[in-house]
Amino acid sequence: MSIQSNVEVRTEWGIVSARQAGRSLAKKIGFESVDQSRITTAISELARNIYLYAGIGEIIMEPVEQEATPSSPYRRGIRIIARDKGPGIHNIREVMEDGFTTSGGLGAGLPGVKRLMDEFEIESTVGEGTEVRVIKWLR
Amino acid sequence: MANSYAILKERYAKILNKYLQEKNEIGLYHAQQFSKKVLEDQISPEEMVSIHAETLTKLCPDLPAELTDSFDFLMEIMVAYGMAYREHQSLIDKQKEFESEMNVAASMQQTLLPAEIPSTESLDIGVVNIPASKMSGDYYHFVKDEHGNLGVAIADIIGKGVPAALCMSMIKYAMDSLPEQRLQPVALLESLNRVVEQNVASDMFITMMYGSYDPREHCFYYSGAGHEPGFYYEAETDEFHELYAKGIVLGITREPLFKEYKKKVNVGDFIVLLTDGVTECFTDDGFIEREEVVRLIRQYQHLPAQQIVENVFYELEKAQGFQLRDDFTLIILKREV
Repeated sequence: MSIQSNVEVRTEWGIVSARQAGRSLAKKIGFESVDQSRITTAISELARNIYLYAGIGEIIMEPVEQEATPSSPYRRGIRIIARDKGPGIHNIREVMEDGFTTSGGLGAGLPGVKRLMDEFEIESTVGEGTEVRVIKWLR
Repeated sequence: MANSYAILKERYAKILNKYLQEKNEIGLYHAQQFSKKVLEDQISPEEMVSIHAETLTKLCPDLPAELTDSFDFLMEIMVAYGMAYREHQSLIDKQKEFESEMNVAASMQQTLLPAEIPSTESLDIGVVNIPASKMSGDYYHFVKDEHGNLGVAIADIIGKGVPAALCMSMIKYAMDSLPEQRLQPVALLESLNRVVEQNVASDMFITMMYGSYDPREHCFYYSGAGHEPGFYYEAETDEFHELYAKGIVLGITREPLFKEYKKKVNVGDFIVLLTDGVTECFTDDGFIEREEVVRLIRQYQHLPAQQIVENVFYELEKAQGFQLRDDFTLIILKREV
C-alpha cells in the first residue's frame, strides 16, 4: 500500500478534509469503527492546533508497517504527521501536561492525542515550527 | 485480554437481549451491575457505544439505516468523553503521587519539632501541637542551656501548608545555630528577625513568643514578635492575666524593637503559650472568646500540665465538630516546686 494523503490545513475546511482522508485511509487499512473515530479525533486535534496557532500547515497520512522483532510481531498501522512553520512551542513539557490545554476542556490537546494513539513524537523549535508524528497500530 | 473482551461482549449481548424481550427492572439491574464491570476493565465510553451498536445490529438486523448511522455520530461524541475519562484517570494517579509525597514531607516536618518534652526539676510541661492539614505552620521549640535555663519558643507562620512548612525548617535551623549568648529573648528575636527579613518572601510573616525560665530565681523572661498573647495564672490570687509582649512581627523591618519582660513565678503558678488556632476556634456560635479558653483551662487546672492541654484541645476540637480550621498549639509550663 503506497497510498499517502497530504492535506493542507489553513481553514476549518482543511480540518474536515484531513479528517475525511484520515478516516477513509484508516478504514482501508482495516481499523474498526471505534479506532477510526479515535484516529479521526486525533487528526482533528492536530489539524486544529495548526489552524489555531500556526495558521497554515499540513497533515500527512500514510500506512506503516513494522517487521517482526524479538519483542513484537509484524504489525501494520497508520502514521499521521502534522507539520507547520508556525511560532513553535516554547515549553513542550508544559503543553504535554494534563490540564494545561488552552483550547478546550478536560482530555483535549496534545496529551489527549497521545492517549488516543500508540506512538507519539513531537519536535518544535521556537520561530521555526512544529512537527508531531503519531502512529496507531492495528489490534 | 482479547478473550475477556469477547466474553464481555457476549455477556452484554445476553443481558441486552433479555431486557429487550422482558423490559423489566431486573434487566436494568443487570445493566447497572455490568457497568461496574466495564468501569473496572477501563472500557472507554466510545468502546461501549461501539459494543452496543454491534450487539444491537446483530440482535435486530433490520434496523433503519438512520439508527445505525446515528451510532457513528454518537461514537464521535463519545471519543471526547473517552479522552476526558483517561485524563481523569491519570490525574487521579498524579494526585495519589502528590499525597504520598505530602505524607513523606509531613513526617519529615515532624522531625523538626522536639522529639520529647524536656524534663526539669521545677517545671511540669505540657504540649499539644496539631496541624489543621498535613503540613503545619505552627512551631515550638525548647532549648536548655548549661546553666539549666529552659528556653521555650512558640511561633506561627502566617500562611499554611507547604510554604509555611519550608519556612519553619529555616526557623528551626536558625535557632539551632545561635550561640549561647544570643539565647536571651530580645537577642534571639533580633537574630531570627534578620534571618526572616533576608530570606523569606515579603508576603510571609512569622509571629513568635520566646521565653527563658531561670530555675535558680524562678523567673520567666520573655519577649514577643506580634504573637498572640498567652496567659499567666497566679495561684495566690487565683487569677488569670494576659501574657502580652509588645513587638513587631518577624520579617517586617530591619531594625525592630523588642522588649524584655520579667515575671516572678511562684509555686502553683503557670504560664500558657498558644497560637491563634487556639483562640480563633470557630464554632456554630461564631469565634470563641479568649475567656472561653481560660474557662476550659480553669476546669482542668488541677491536672498535670500534659492532661490540661490535652483536655482543652479535646473540648475545642469537639466544639468545632472535629474539624480544625487552623494549626493548634498550646503549651503550659507549671511550677511545681
